Amino acid sequence: MNKPARASMLRHIVLILGAIIMIYPLLWLISATFRSNSEIFSSTSILPLRPVLDGWRRAFTYYGGQISLYKALRNTYLIAIPKVLLTLISVTLTAYGFARFSFKGKKILTALLFATLFLPRTVLYVPQFLLFHKLGWIDSPLYLPLIAPAALAEDTVLIVTLIQFFRNIPRSYDEAAQLDGCNSLQTLIHILIPLLRPVLISVGVLQLFWTVNDYMGPLLYVKTPARYPISVYIKLSMDADSGFAWNRVLAVCCIAMLPQILVYFLAQRFMTPETGGIKE
Amino acid sequence: MLYILPWALGFLIFQAIPMLWSLLCGFTDFHLFRGVNRVGLTNYIQIFHDSEVLHAIGLTLRYASISVLLRLGAAMLAALLLCRTLRGIRLYRTLYYLPSILGGSTAAAVLWKAMFRDHGIVNSLLNAARLPTVSWLSDSHAALWVIILLRVWEFGAPMLMFLAALQGIPEDLSDAAKLDGAGAIRCFFHVRLPMISSIVFYHLMLGFCTALQEFSAPFIITNGGPRGSTTLFSLLLYRSAFTENEMGYASALAWVLFLLSAGCSVIFMLLRRRLVYDPDEEGAI
Repeated sequence: MNKPARASMLRHIVLILGAIIMIYPLLWLISATFRSNSEIFSSTSILPLRPVLDGWRRAFTYYGGQISLYKALRNTYLIAIPKVLLTLISVTLTAYGFARFSFKGKKILTALLFATLFLPRTVLYVPQFLLFHKLGWIDSPLYLPLIAPAALAEDTVLIVTLIQFFRNIPRSYDEAAQLDGCNSLQTLIHILIPLLRPVLISVGVLQLFWTVNDYMGPLLYVKTPARYPISVYIKLSMDADSGFAWNRVLAVCCIAMLPQILVYFLAQRFMTPETGGIKE
Repeated sequence: MLYILPWALGFLIFQAIPMLWSLLCGFTDFHLFRGVNRVGLTNYIQIFHDSEVLHAIGLTLRYASISVLLRLGAAMLAALLLCRTLRGIRLYRTLYYLPSILGGSTAAAVLWKAMFRDHGIVNSLLNAARLPTVSWLSDSHAALWVIILLRVWEFGAPMLMFLAALQGIPEDLSDAAKLDGAGAIRCFFHVRLPMISSIVFYHLMLGFCTALQEFSAPFIITNGGPRGSTTLFSLLLYRSAFTENEMGYASALAWVLFLLSAGCSVIFMLLRRRLVYDPDEEGAI
């Protein structure tokens, strides 16, 4: 074997080993949902020895409260879908403003924008909780504390990323549109947004994942069990079943992950590789 | 300009005003269900005399440094392996990125808890490999590592950024280094790493500041235990604000965390000047 072929072989081996390590927890999760509870913590084989459907069947049954897996999933997307749409609108407008226009105080505002990027969100939980408490928004049936900040472009990381992508589009496009009689909003809608479609899809998908994964927000602002989203529901079912029915809990986890994996594979075709990296 | 109005309003309503208000609250004994009295600096004095808080600050800084370095290291390694053309590269990229979209979820934390139990799969595998087993969740030296490993597992996001940056380096630069007799490792440290140092540094800083706020993983997996070994700052903040309802004290704690992360950011910015090579200043961050 010549040298480059050997090097590429070696890289494949390392990459495959890495991939196995990365995916192993997920494979184990899937196989554990088909095991009996005693088998989960006694066997190292990747396939269940005596597969049972017990965990999956029981995952859908009620725990006895006002909340079930279906309801929790529905609640999750009742929060996530409006939040994603509002984020897309507000973040696009803001990034457009920063990328294309000059105005008084722009330097200071840009500095503030970048500073909030590095502001840990935990710092804001107490002050925001006090605000929402004053406004009477805690446990709002419309999930106002979770959704309203998104309408006002709360996610700075997304704004900053979009600004970069706006800057990559030559200004001559805008100028041409303006010669054809578009005002600045029409330029955005008819010229720039179609060009940014893959980026905007990525931004939407990322916000969807963040919202679905978010645990602390619902923990603080949703108090009625019937309104819990899936992230809180999983913790609840773990606490209820801990030490007994792990296959049931893990089946719930598996079901919670499925929509995300599905969305990821569907959206991947439209996303640019670079935008997948915006995340923390 | 009208277009940045949503952000500007959001910044004022949901960030600036609440922050300032909580600054004022920090000087009171505001309790959610009791009255408010002005108490001056009492909260801050109490914070810096509370050994639990000081321990949590140290722990959080340690957690943030270790998890960010390991995570970015893994991301860089994967990016280097993936940056030249290779068959099946898309599949590898997808598989390596997959944990990143799931890792932040409650489900992943619960999965981790199941895997690292005393008789969980991790210990079974260690046993099968004839390595000593660890009681991960009840050993105060090991518990933090369980959480670090969960965060390292989701290295996909920085990996994609590094990959894009590495692919943007002109080929002739590393070719020239090779002609000068530099090996692969020297070539990486002297040519490629400096070329992408701006993006690496950005992720270092962002990752560090994000790690300072880690909450859900320690809350779900260990709930701060065993013996406070995973009580990160945010858990302490959560307890005093939302189980004890001591909003005054919690506001002061939030400001301590704010100043801590602001301080870290300033240190990072100062380091940036020395460490980062900027081919074009304009494109920075």
